[in-house]
Amino acid sequence: MIHVVLIVFLITLFYLSIANRMLTYVKVLALQGVLLFFIVFLQLNEINTLNLILILLETIVFKAIAVPVFLGYLLKRNKITREAEPYLPNFISLLITTTIVVATILLSNSIKDTHLDKMFFVVALSTLFTGLYFIASRRKIITHVMGYLVIENGVFILSLAVGNEMPMLVNLGIMLDIFASVLILGIFLNKIGDVFKDVDVDQLTNLKDY
Amino acid sequence: MIGIYLIGAFSIAIALFLSRNKILTFGLLGLFLVLQWVLTVYSFNNFRSTDLNYFTYDALATLLLTVLSVIAVPAIIHSHIYLEDQPAPTETRSIYYASIVLLLTAISAGYLSNHIAVTWIFTEITTLSASALIYHHRNKLALEGTWKYVFICAISITFVFVGILFLSLALEHAGSDDLSFANLVANSSKLNPFWLQLAFLFIFTGFTAKLGLVPMFTAGIDAKDKAPAPVGALLSSVLMNLGFVGIFRFYIVVANTPLHHWANLVIGIAAFLSVFVSTVYMIKVKNIKRMFAYSGIEHMGLVMLGVACGGVGYYAAILHIILHALVKSSIFFQFTQLYRVFQNKSIYHVGNYFKYNTAGAMVLLLGFISATAMPPSGLFVSEFMIFRSLFEAHQIFLLVVVLLLLTMIIWAFGKNIFKILFIPAVDFDDSNVPKISPWESSTQFILLAAAIYLGLNPPTEFVNLIKESIMLLPK
Repeated sequence: MIHVVLIVFLITLFYLSIANRMLTYVKVLALQGVLLFFIVFLQLNEINTLNLILILLETIVFKAIAVPVFLGYLLKRNKITREAEPYLPNFISLLITTTIVVATILLSNSIKDTHLDKMFFVVALSTLFTGLYFIASRRKIITHVMGYLVIENGVFILSLAVGNEMPMLVNLGIMLDIFASVLILGIFLNKIGDVFKDVDVDQLTNLKDY
Repeated sequence: MIGIYLIGAFSIAIALFLSRNKILTFGLLGLFLVLQWVLTVYSFNNFRSTDLNYFTYDALATLLLTVLSVIAVPAIIHSHIYLEDQPAPTETRSIYYASIVLLLTAISAGYLSNHIAVTWIFTEITTLSASALIYHHRNKLALEGTWKYVFICAISITFVFVGILFLSLALEHAGSDDLSFANLVANSSKLNPFWLQLAFLFIFTGFTAKLGLVPMFTAGIDAKDKAPAPVGALLSSVLMNLGFVGIFRFYIVVANTPLHHWANLVIGIAAFLSVFVSTVYMIKVKNIKRMFAYSGIEHMGLVMLGVACGGVGYYAAILHIILHALVKSSIFFQFTQLYRVFQNKSIYHVGNYFKYNTAGAMVLLLGFISATAMPPSGLFVSEFMIFRSLFEAHQIFLLVVVLLLLTMIIWAFGKNIFKILFIPAVDFDDSNVPKISPWESSTQFILLAAAIYLGLNPPTEFVNLIKESIMLLPK
């Protein structure tokens, strides 16, 4: 069952790589939050209840509701155009995402480790690198933020793989999530929307050596 | 003690944030400096003891904590001069002082922590407080610098976290779940090499954002450019040392495993590329602050080359990082005075500094001699030892290339500095240049003198502390 959820999570990455509209990105991020909720529920069956409730609340309230709602609000408030405007065509995006996933599967084959469920490793690492690819290939600052959120989801999955032995690490991951998301989303995207009229990375090129 | 320090410093930061009264602000800043020095003295008196489980007063931490406490005093004095000179709204001023206290506290706690996750948490807090400081001017360029810094630091911090996760997988093979550095070293022979390799790659890449090394060095450059110069001094000295602590403590773990040679290779490549990249930028850079920042990248490259080559290089690396912190911070402090004279940070609009501020020009000249490691600078000694370690590691070709690159850096650096000091700027109207008291430069002279003294005639305790901090590394 848990593998099914993980594979669905992997499929959302492919969908994200060909998505065209900003709202689709927001919806997929919300879906990823829900999927993470199920993964936590199925995976972390050895930790104490209070901690489990905390983690479940973080996935469903923070990842699946608060962040997407806030992103939608930002889109509206800053009047960001609906297109994602990638540098590369969608087909190539899809090819690159596939390459990343295949490469992580090949890498996971070289692991001889009975402690770890390899599925977690594959999904987590491919999410991480796909997120990095999104950051590198999209033009808008807000898509960079979404790429970062995708990376965080990948890291969260990886922390779940060791979550039963070391619940402290999952809690640390949650701390990172909330801290970085609030810092990046809350404070600066508001400011950036106010100062830079059209939010585009091409405008962030004024710091020069001369 | 660390508990009292953390609670005290955080409450001082909150009080500074709320304070709108100048005298109260002074009192709080003074109180913080006293607290900082009490912690430093306490760490010497309770050497090697552990506090609150997660903080140990070991040799490396004590050394760097002392450097931080030394630099903190002029940093706060120069911040005050800076804020008097460029009046900011009271609210901005309160945020500035609160963030600088928070930054210094987080860095101190990061040095002292003996647990990789705790180091990571305090590194995160430095990102938060540094970003508030970089955004001090509240304009478009400052926002751009802050955004880049926050975003890249957020990614790098995530990388460190992924590294910690892989490390915990490696540790599971040793049947333990305690991620403290002491336990990692004790279990180093049982760590799974595959996970350890991945962990090292991620943790190293993550901490390079703070250390200022290829690949993540870019954020730091923009940050030091846009932050007020007293903050730039902290970012390019003590915060870089925090990145070094993060990498070095984990490197000690890896060095005790069969992966030692591989880790040296990774560090060596990143270090060499840093020296190379900083050379390329130094040659064409025209912004004085960015020039100083790139010089920092070069020095960190040299430090990590020393670590990668081993032997005498370990000792040289620690010595170099301490001396570099003293020298680079004094140059950045001097920049506030330079800016007050010329109101510009482009080389083209700056010149003949000796005419307007003799004491400041002397600092710049001495700082240049120190930063390029010419005798009698203390960095000459440490850099010479790094070259010796390269020689002893039979990396003659690398040594020759690095020496050539350093020559180019000295040429580019010298060309710009001598332009600032002696050649009059075109169309510069010197009718209303402010008079700058030579006393303002006194702290910078003290820092530079300390760097020379520690390099040429190191006290025995100082040498012993450095030797003890590299004790766990294989010979």
